[in-house]
Amino acid sequence: MAGILVYALHDDEGNFNKNSQGAISEAAKLAGELGTEAAAVVVGDVSDEGAQSLGAFGASKVYRAKSVPEGLAQPIVDAMAKVIEENDIDYALFGGGLLGFEIGAGLTARLGAGVTMEVTDVKVQDGGLVSVRPILQDSQIVDVQYVGKPGIIIGRLNAFDTVQGDGGSAEVIDVDVELSPWSTKAKMVTRGEQRGANVNIEDADFLVAGGRGLGKAENFDLCEQLAGALGGTVAATRAVVDAGWFPYSAQIGQTGKTVAPKLYLAAGISGAIQHKVGMQASENIVAINKDPNAPIFEFCDLGIVGDLHKIMPKLTEAVKAKKGA
Amino acid sequence: MAKDRVAPVEYPPPVNDAEEFVGPPSDPEEDRIEVGVAIVGGGPAGLACANRLMQLLEHEPELQEKLGEVPVAVIEKGKTPGAHLLSGANMRPSALKELFPDMPESEWPVLWKVEKDAVYLLTSKQALPLKPMPPNFRNHGNYVVSVAQLGRFLAGKAEEAGVYLLSETAATKLLVEDRIVRGVRTGDKGRGKDGAPLSNFEPGSDVTAKATVLAEGTLGHLSFAAMDYFDLGGEDEQRWELGVKEVWEVEKPLDRVIHTMGWPLRKAPQWNEFGGSFIYPMGDNKICIGFVAGLDYTDATFSVHDVLQEFKLHPFVKDLLEGGKRVAWGAKTIPSGGYFAMPKRFSVPGMLMAGDNVGMVNIPELKGIHYAMHAGMYAAEAIVDALKRDSINYEAYDERVRSSVIGKDMYRSRNMRQPFTRGFFVGGALARAMTITKGAFPGGHFKQEHDSEVEMVLDGASKSYPKADNKYTFDKLSSVFASGNATRDDAPNHIRIQQHVPLQIAQTWVSMCPAAVYEIPEEQVEAAQNGDGDGDGKVDVHVTPSNCVQCGAITAKGGRLTPPEGGDGPLYTQV
Amino acid sequence: MKICVLVKEVPDAAVEKRMDPNTMQLDRSGEKNLNPFDTHAIEAAMQIKEGGAVPIEEIVAVTMGPESSVRALHKAVSLGADRSVQLTDDALAGSDVCASGYALAQVLKREQPDIVLLGQQSDDGECYTMGAVIADHLQMPSLTQVIKIDVSGGKLRCERQAEYGYDTVEVELPAVISVGDAINEPRYPSLKAIMGAKKKQLDKLSAGDAQIEASRVGEEGSRTKVLALNPPSAKEKGTIIEDEDTNETVAKIVAWLDERKLL
Repeated sequence: MAGILVYALHDDEGNFNKNSQGAISEAAKLAGELGTEAAAVVVGDVSDEGAQSLGAFGASKVYRAKSVPEGLAQPIVDAMAKVIEENDIDYALFGGGLLGFEIGAGLTARLGAGVTMEVTDVKVQDGGLVSVRPILQDSQIVDVQYVGKPGIIIGRLNAFDTVQGDGGSAEVIDVDVELSPWSTKAKMVTRGEQRGANVNIEDADFLVAGGRGLGKAENFDLCEQLAGALGGTVAATRAVVDAGWFPYSAQIGQTGKTVAPKLYLAAGISGAIQHKVGMQASENIVAINKDPNAPIFEFCDLGIVGDLHKIMPKLTEAVKAKKGA
Repeated sequence: MAKDRVAPVEYPPPVNDAEEFVGPPSDPEEDRIEVGVAIVGGGPAGLACANRLMQLLEHEPELQEKLGEVPVAVIEKGKTPGAHLLSGANMRPSALKELFPDMPESEWPVLWKVEKDAVYLLTSKQALPLKPMPPNFRNHGNYVVSVAQLGRFLAGKAEEAGVYLLSETAATKLLVEDRIVRGVRTGDKGRGKDGAPLSNFEPGSDVTAKATVLAEGTLGHLSFAAMDYFDLGGEDEQRWELGVKEVWEVEKPLDRVIHTMGWPLRKAPQWNEFGGSFIYPMGDNKICIGFVAGLDYTDATFSVHDVLQEFKLHPFVKDLLEGGKRVAWGAKTIPSGGYFAMPKRFSVPGMLMAGDNVGMVNIPELKGIHYAMHAGMYAAEAIVDALKRDSINYEAYDERVRSSVIGKDMYRSRNMRQPFTRGFFVGGALARAMTITKGAFPGGHFKQEHDSEVEMVLDGASKSYPKADNKYTFDKLSSVFASGNATRDDAPNHIRIQQHVPLQIAQTWVSMCPAAVYEIPEEQVEAAQNGDGDGDGKVDVHVTPSNCVQCGAITAKGGRLTPPEGGDGPLYTQV
Repeated sequence: MKICVLVKEVPDAAVEKRMDPNTMQLDRSGEKNLNPFDTHAIEAAMQIKEGGAVPIEEIVAVTMGPESSVRALHKAVSLGADRSVQLTDDALAGSDVCASGYALAQVLKREQPDIVLLGQQSDDGECYTMGAVIADHLQMPSLTQVIKIDVSGGKLRCERQAEYGYDTVEVELPAVISVGDAINEPRYPSLKAIMGAKKKQLDKLSAGDAQIEASRVGEEGSRTKVLALNPPSAKEKGTIIEDEDTNETVAKIVAWLDERKLL
């Protein structure tokens, strides 16, 4: 069969991650358009029910390689390469994340395949798939076609929406995989260790960022409280880091970190270009600023012209009330 | 109540040039880096010097031997030669021809040959052509260049010829023993905000040389130190103008070099606003547009960057930019003191100085690149001649500069700036009169004060400045971004100022600086205006040194710029 | 032991980059620099060498690129590499990830390194993949996005942040490791090292020298093709609320967030 193959990553409890579910949903959608089907590869100790459950996202088959350990890329490359070759698969699609990049890259070498990374959209064109990828700090978008088969598509993190269908069950096919000698030479010592209480701002889904408009260091409390209510964390602009109001580790921008959370709430931030380059990829940008001419109002999704000292405490309460409801 | 008017010079920067920046080598002898000729500054002067030296040494194996393993090294603080170079620029090609006589014109690093030029007097609504054109504006036979690209071109030639280019390296101290210049010390790298060494700290080195050439450009750090230590100051104080420039990609090609005078500068004499604009074709679909103003203005809220933004909204100018896009931005000072502000001597034993750092700019014609290159070449010739005699005295160089096109041109235009006319953008008739009389009119020599001696007052220049629309007009911070500046945020402060000063002084710096380096906390502005706060009418100036694009204006107006860590500052590529 | 560090010349971060609409390739004519992530890889190599847990005889900087990429090698040498290798050949121009990875692996096969280090991403937009591509060609274990390397018992103990938290992984040698910028603070080259860089051995290889099959590299050998280059779709202008009645404003914000399932 031809088709699109997805790698579904799971944690030590057997829960599949959201990115993988999104990738399967995307593959199913594309397979529908191409008139083929979507399949998934799982490795390690995955129950029948667990594997079958991926059918809900559109996988018609799930190849399960029980002897292959989860968590490191190279053994999974062995498994996927085998499935791709034996089933004449046309495309391998990854939802992003570190392992997706590594496995996709490994397959590129193993199969002499074309690869495109940081893909935000995939289209069907002339009976094949074309990857859409932003480049050069998202200033340009390229459409990339694959030459020969298979094509490797590595999505940007959270690029593909999860679509849960009406409970179809996937056919589970066990595969035996012989690992390459070099695939066994890296060993996981500890996996998924949690460090520090602070969420890394680059990983946070919700960021409340404070700028000069806060007025003084103490007013970062307003950000902390709103972030707490939203279940997010606090970030800062260079100006306030420079002023010593907040630590550098939370600085967003050209010389700080680049983030792309689901929600970026900018409090008292003017939105100078140095800041913009660090957060413009955020899914939703909300800005509160008293200056109606602040550049951030040019590129935010929701802008509030007003006094953040008045708005933020009430917003925090309202968010808490809403979430509590 | 604090005084209305106060001069920056009353709050001098905490610096002592001769003591801090001049001294003997400090590295143990075996650790010193020995070179033949150490050239500080990879601009037109330094690189013309380097190229000329290699040409002269080519058939002189004995001299080469005397200079050692590294005959010529160019020490450049920018990320690459050209990174810190900015100029108009209309270049007279005389020096380029002299340096590379066999190079066909097609290989010159020039963008557009000037065939047509025009001067306009601007009112707020109109642009009135000035005819006949004042002679100093005539540019036929000159070439529009990007000096940032010229620098890279000359550096490439120098490197091919065997010159060592040491980019990302600041020269911070002049090495002097027994009043003989022995070389320079390079700057430390890897210091934090507070100046303390970071984990990757790398100390500077003593670079010793048989001859040291200071070609640092406008407001050169070691040139100041040398002039102070060796007491080389000229008859007049040096003065400066500040230019802010942008490069645009436009839809309609421009067919002429344009200069304007008048609007948006204010005419009333108490404001002392003198300057004008330039708009040059750069070939293809690019043009550059800039505004230059003397730094002896009196209004603390005056900002050349914002004047340029306002200027672009004039119907005449906006029409040229229509549908275009800004692709680069930068700022730089230009020495404008003229003949009498040049130092008494351009050399001392072991050292020579060439270019903008010693004021080699013909302000009425707004030309200096060819002087810088000529001077660099003369310096090279003087060094080789002296080397043949095993001498380190370069008086011949002083003679040569004075008797050359540099000395003669500058003498001819010695009175152009003072007292009736100012800078490049002089009234046509008056300029003609002076040019015709070869500078004798209006006669005499008028003493001029330093820019920092001008008393500053808060007087509303900023009221008309437009808000950035991010299409035609831009704020300072996004402009710093367009300069290619990517200096790390925790870089140590390289700008010396007094940080608790009267509001007028602080505001002067805030407004003047095109790169938003200086800020006053909002509440302090209000307090100072209401006479609250400490009650002394003073405010604290907050400095963001990483924004600095090395224009040098702060040194003219009451502070002192020192070199940043090597590699910091802007990365100009087309200005 | 020998460490090879892969380095790359990239357009300087401070310069606005653009695509050449004719070739659909990145316009590389402007200002260039050593890829900043690669300086972290060189520093990691230096720290392994200076750490002394394994004897490192040699650190070799390897690049593939046009003639001008020799500058990136000089910089790498000034930062500590002992010598460098430049793979340069017109036939390689336009190579994609698949083709470049193969070509670089061919060069590395000549060197027989015990450790290959590289930056996890390059400033010109390629990211996270090259290490794993090369490792598969070299049949070595590999790990990317590594933020800590310890050497013990002839193995590398590496840490990185993966999907579920921090992973610690032990890797046997020879191995390919790509590093993130959190791994170290690269040193500044000394002036002496900068001046000496040009004197260190530099081997220039053609595709033929490295036994690279011409059909597998360049535009012809690439397995991806750029079809179109488009500007990003203009973002719709956002909603602006003037805060007059704060309670009402807050209600609007909450409704807006709720609509987007952000609460």
